[in-house]
Amino acid sequence: MSARNEFEREFFEGGSWTPPGGWQLDRRGFLKLFGGGLFVGLVSAKAVAQEAGRNFGDHALPKDLSAWLHIAADGQVKVFTGKVEVGQNIRTSLAQQVAEELRVAFDSIEMVMGDTALVPYDMGTFGSRTTPTMGPELRNMAGAARQMLIETAAARWNADAATLVAVAGKVTDPKMLRSLSYGELTRGENLVKIVASDDPFTPATAWKIAGTPVPKAQGRDFVTGKHIYPSDVVRPGMMFGAVLRPDGFNAKLVSIDTSAAEKLPGVTVVHDGDFAGAVAPHRLDAQHALAAIEAKWDVPAQPSNRELFDVLKSGSGNGFGDRGQHTVGSVAQAMETADVKAEEQYTVQYIAHAPLEPRAAVAEWDGDKLTVWTGTQRPFGVRDELVQAFGIPAENVRVIQPDMGSGYGGKHTGEAAVEAARLAKAAGKPVKLEWTRREEFTWAYFRPAGLIEIRGGARRDGTLVAWEFHNYNSGNAAIGTPYNVPNQIIQYHSANSPLRQGSYRSLAAAANHFARESAMDSLAHGAGMDPLEFRLKNLTEPRLIAVLKAAAEKFGWGSAKSTPERGFGIACGTDKGGFVATCAEVAVDPATKKVRIRQVVQAWDSGAIVNPDGLRNQISGAIVQGIGGALFEQILFADGRIQNASFGQYRLPRFSDAPQIEVVLVDRKDLPSAGAGETGIVGLSPAVGNAIFAATGARIRSMPMAPRTAAPGQAETVFKS
Amino acid sequence: MAELVLNVNGARMSVDAPSDEPLLFVLRNRLNLTGTKYGCGEGQCGACTVLLDGRATRSCLTPVAAAANAKIITIEGLEQQGQLSAVQQAFLDEGALQCGYCTSGMIVSATALLKNKRNPSDDEIVTAMNGNVCRCGTYPRILAAIKRAAQHGAEGASQ
Repeated sequence: MSARNEFEREFFEGGSWTPPGGWQLDRRGFLKLFGGGLFVGLVSAKAVAQEAGRNFGDHALPKDLSAWLHIAADGQVKVFTGKVEVGQNIRTSLAQQVAEELRVAFDSIEMVMGDTALVPYDMGTFGSRTTPTMGPELRNMAGAARQMLIETAAARWNADAATLVAVAGKVTDPKMLRSLSYGELTRGENLVKIVASDDPFTPATAWKIAGTPVPKAQGRDFVTGKHIYPSDVVRPGMMFGAVLRPDGFNAKLVSIDTSAAEKLPGVTVVHDGDFAGAVAPHRLDAQHALAAIEAKWDVPAQPSNRELFDVLKSGSGNGFGDRGQHTVGSVAQAMETADVKAEEQYTVQYIAHAPLEPRAAVAEWDGDKLTVWTGTQRPFGVRDELVQAFGIPAENVRVIQPDMGSGYGGKHTGEAAVEAARLAKAAGKPVKLEWTRREEFTWAYFRPAGLIEIRGGARRDGTLVAWEFHNYNSGNAAIGTPYNVPNQIIQYHSANSPLRQGSYRSLAAAANHFARESAMDSLAHGAGMDPLEFRLKNLTEPRLIAVLKAAAEKFGWGSAKSTPERGFGIACGTDKGGFVATCAEVAVDPATKKVRIRQVVQAWDSGAIVNPDGLRNQISGAIVQGIGGALFEQILFADGRIQNASFGQYRLPRFSDAPQIEVVLVDRKDLPSAGAGETGIVGLSPAVGNAIFAATGARIRSMPMAPRTAAPGQAETVFKS
Repeated sequence: MAELVLNVNGARMSVDAPSDEPLLFVLRNRLNLTGTKYGCGEGQCGACTVLLDGRATRSCLTPVAAAANAKIITIEGLEQQGQLSAVQQAFLDEGALQCGYCTSGMIVSATALLKNKRNPSDDEIVTAMNGNVCRCGTYPRILAAIKRAAQHGAEGASQ
């Protein structure tokens, strides 16, 4: 099995893409499913133009529907989207937006998400794209539905539609004092409307349900243990599976003897090429069977932490593809005339997503039809993996994604789904496969490690004149600088990553912000300027300036001076439509060098806020998650093996690591809503590094900054956490 | 295999299971009580926490035979006649979850804490809860929820 770069990075970093397939349900299928009501589907404006004047009758619906909604005779609204809920609260915030445009109560909306048999094709839930793309699409559709209901009422009453209003799930005629509920209007009707994705909708300034702190949808099921996560799915006659793992990465199976395992009662052993596994009526039986398989693997020599950054620097490989160099002016000339210079090298180690729910899948075959329940951010991507693995048509595969135990970019792929389906096929029964924590740490993928080299120059008055930035391997996200610099070279260099790597919350934006904002702090120090003043002097982006000032004001920036025991740091940045500024207060014990983050104030602007409570939760959570990568999380690996593949060895942020956190939200109702699940993580590590510098004068240029022990090849830092 | 009788959420349940099978898997896979979660299998994350005679216990490290004489309470047993416990209600009121996968273990651990200590300080909460991981980083809200539950009398602790 190839362990490298199985991801098309451009895909995740916003490259162009066209959906390969359509949506299968035709009008007859739709009627069968729902028995009438109002159906509104959404297509691109271009497709609507092509369909203009066409009566859908019994024709197939347009193939490129991206979402749709249905209002039943009882007034219940079902909204169908391929986006998935992974803890980012999108089930709630999308429903709020539909309720808003449709003028119905939040509770009357049911979001049907991530079931490939029921929802239109969707590329996946990543890149903070759901709020800026699916949000407006659903709002358009709901607005069109509202208009259609008004027209239906107008026809029924023989009234002028312009005199009617839609409020609280009813169309009302204020003049004649009459009203009909949406359910009454749709009863017995088969209303179909296909709308374009660029109709106008209710402005955020007029929102009544969107923009408010609606609690998490179905929250009660989560506090009572009733919610069914992917790993909780049970099917009749279900067995448990386990998969034999190689001794190391890129290993070849030399020999295997399954005879002892096959003799165990109730056990089915599967062996096909390098894949081997066991199925048994109970989880432990499957694991015992696995232990009874004798396998020898040949693990080739491969790089370890010690060589990591040399490998990443030693020439581009078959990674994600180099980007062209972004060059403005002449950095070389500008550096010659600069009064203040910084020439620095930063590193970040691989880290693990460690979603609390490891990969899990339940697979069930019915002849050559396959259904898989699994936790993934890309249900259709997993469907395609299954199509490829088993050579069956896409319409024979259904992937269902119950709201899952988080992902953070780490569950784009369908490993457990494919494995469970292989085992289920061999056993002839439904099979549940739950990855162990060790498997999740070893056989999933990591946030890329990276090496970043920076040259920066400024005049004595703090004006930036030169900025050169090279990122090796970790990625392209937020690689540019938001500061005004007349001379720039910015380049991403791909590499042969020793470990399998992929998306992680904010992609490379966290690493690139760590390096850039730390180097900016060096330059501010070199110019003898306050770090906030230095940043403001070189910025003109009003939204970034606004969050910087908001964070600084709430934090009381400048009101106290850093001491050897207490440091204050600041950082800011922007990516994926979000603007963030972070102030951190760090306590350093001068004797033990133990670092503790005491306080974080983070200001955030992602346009019009859809749900302020959910947004605060995301931003605060991103700060806490950021602490791990900033201070202590790192994957240790040698000879093709992960050496800290457990929670006992891989330290995660815990209660005792959480600082006092204050989130300042800047609500820009005049601007479209951007996604907020990712970029909130980028400010923490540089703000903390800058605070450590302010206290101690030591600039830490490697993440994690305060691990228990440094990774081999990394200089031992003096700080601990 | 042994025929074991367990007392789970006030009901006697008999199961056929190897006596060394972790209680977690017995609850989840043999009794279909899936509210208790697997997170690490080594007692490091707290997702599998249940109450054994009122004490917060990692069910992933507890052989089922060791629980045979205990009163076992899982997340499913905290709600009484449709009424959420004070801790459950406080988690909802504070919005103290994101993906919610750690929530069962958090609520059960907090229930045990409040049973021992009616009004814990922030430090006492952090110490008691430090073995429970929320990878979404919802700690400040969970802390607030536990304090809220404590203020509201913590009926949940009487379980």
